[in-house]
Amino acid sequence: MASVTFDHVTKRFDGVVAVDDLTLEIPDREFLVLVGPSGSGKSTALRLLAGLEEITEGDIYIGDRRVNNVAAKDRDIAMVFQSYALYPHMSVYDNMAFGLSLRKVPKEEIRSRVYEAAQILGIEELLDRKPRQLSGGQRQRVALGRAIVRHPAVFLFDEPLSNLDAKLRVQTRAEISKLHLRLGTTFIYVTHDQVEAMTMATRIAVMNYGALQQVGPPQELYDHPRNMFVAGFIGSPAMNFFDVRVTGEREALELDAGAFRVPVPPDRAPALAPYLGKQVVFGIRPENIHDRAFQPPDIRGAPVTATVEVTELMGNEIFLHLVTDGRPFLARVDPRTRAQPGQRMDVVFNLDRMHAFDPETELTITD
Amino acid sequence: MPAPGSTVRKDIPAASGAKTAWWKQVLPPPRRLPLHAAVIALAVLWSVPTIALLVSSFREPAAISVSGWWNALTNPWQFTLSNYDTVLQNRGMGRAFLNTVILTVPSTVLVILVAALAAYAFAWMQFPARNVLFLFVVALLVVPLQMTLIPVLRLYTELRVDVELPLLGGSLFGVNSFAGMWLAHTAYGLPFAVFLLRNFFGSLPRDLFESAYLDGASDLQVFTRIVLPLAAPAIAALAIFQFLWVWNDLLVALVLLGDPALFPMTVQIQSLVSSFGQNYQVLTAAAFVSMAVPLLVFFLLQRYIVQGILAGAVKG
Repeated sequence: MASVTFDHVTKRFDGVVAVDDLTLEIPDREFLVLVGPSGSGKSTALRLLAGLEEITEGDIYIGDRRVNNVAAKDRDIAMVFQSYALYPHMSVYDNMAFGLSLRKVPKEEIRSRVYEAAQILGIEELLDRKPRQLSGGQRQRVALGRAIVRHPAVFLFDEPLSNLDAKLRVQTRAEISKLHLRLGTTFIYVTHDQVEAMTMATRIAVMNYGALQQVGPPQELYDHPRNMFVAGFIGSPAMNFFDVRVTGEREALELDAGAFRVPVPPDRAPALAPYLGKQVVFGIRPENIHDRAFQPPDIRGAPVTATVEVTELMGNEIFLHLVTDGRPFLARVDPRTRAQPGQRMDVVFNLDRMHAFDPETELTITD
Repeated sequence: MPAPGSTVRKDIPAASGAKTAWWKQVLPPPRRLPLHAAVIALAVLWSVPTIALLVSSFREPAAISVSGWWNALTNPWQFTLSNYDTVLQNRGMGRAFLNTVILTVPSTVLVILVAALAAYAFAWMQFPARNVLFLFVVALLVVPLQMTLIPVLRLYTELRVDVELPLLGGSLFGVNSFAGMWLAHTAYGLPFAVFLLRNFFGSLPRDLFESAYLDGASDLQVFTRIVLPLAAPAIAALAIFQFLWVWNDLLVALVLLGDPALFPMTVQIQSLVSSFGQNYQVLTAAAFVSMAVPLLVFFLLQRYIVQGILAGAVKG
């Protein structure tokens, strides 16, 4: 069990910066999810921690120990790979026992640890099989088991669910969360899927272009994204953005998008006042746009008229692809909505949940 | 995902066989008949000389000079083992057979040992000028063996150690030595062996190696416990290639071995040709003695040859 610290870590490959001055503290027992699009440096950060890549600048600590020059095998970590990386010629038992036998753990101890892990994962009856005789989900469990038996201080996961089908992914997600509670060890998990990040993480670290964008608990990132990238990346479907101009007067600011105009709530006015007469980016999540007929009673709503392009029925809700004055946006509305493609309809933006960003810095405008 | 039809055919051939007429099982679909006919015709044509050789080797010397080998098929039961007897007993083929084995086995083992280690380093270890060195090794593939014969011979004459070996015979090293032959054959075999194995090792997924490193394995442990077991098909294929090459080698042995006591079968057979140009029944038997082991090796391991040739081309 151990904390992990990235202290101003930079990694360059032949001049290309993969990880840019990453500073991140991960306390003991945390489930940290590193999330970002491909090429954001999240996997490289994990591989630096694992010791599979060399650090260009900065330091990494596991507990109090600086591990820059510690070999991968001596860092007391275990890693689950996207491809599972099971040894094809070994049985499931030998796959799980391999690391222990290399470390000269007594045979009896290996046996009990392998059986314990197999029991946790429900793969006892697979121990004699070869990896090729297993389904994707079973291989994934063996890969988890191989990490568990090592009793490492830190578990690393590199997109472990990407090769599973959607249903199995949901199930395994919950199992990894359970495993974290049960083992009480630090988990560091890399994914490009923000749903995995939201559902499993104690804290999420969002990365883009090698740089850390924001770290925080899932709900905080969702409610208070630091910049447009985090706002657009966390949450599915993604947040809608509109280029608007701040107009009106100091006491009654308005955001003018051309096609529509919404009043700025009084509690946001001080932050937006300096932008009077300037462009800002107005952001609103699809679930904060309602069909006017089914709008919740106590919101501060602003009506907008739009044309329906496509409707996607989900059963419990409907995704409406709308367009107003040539700008497409998405709304997630009540399933009783009877909107038809081509029809014009009135929707309501919930301004209590609006976001505003500076178009230059892309940072959230707050006071 | 295999198509449902193919699964059925694979899993229950007996059940489907009961419903289909027997000739449908034996004959290919009509559309492919010309192809099958052509393949069979080629195979027969290709085998005729070898079959002729085999049949002749069992015929009486007198019969061979009077009639063609096919007459033996219409009038069987006139076969004899006397040619084989002559060859093995009187013409030194017994000792030559032993010499060939002594030459071939170590030459094969050495190549695999050295090439596997080199290929692992070229594929997975980081060191300066790795690619340049590998390119250099591969470039050696184009050097004709004949070009090296005289330099090697001169070198071996200089370096000869004239200590008679007990059991094996021949000198300790240099010309007329088994050790010199092993070294020469190993060197000739290495460029191709390193090339083949490096490409196979290189096609193994990187995750496997990284996973093993994290599990605590050293390079040597990764090599012996992960790479070698997975590379078994490629190594088997390489072993067969190298084995056949050394077994059938005439040129190197002719140049580097002068002592008739050390001659392998190829050289021995060649000397039979000159002295027995007339009664070639001995030659037929000698050729078959020399072919027997490669044929056996080939039939036992042919599965691996195909796998090894495909190695690297198909993943997983």
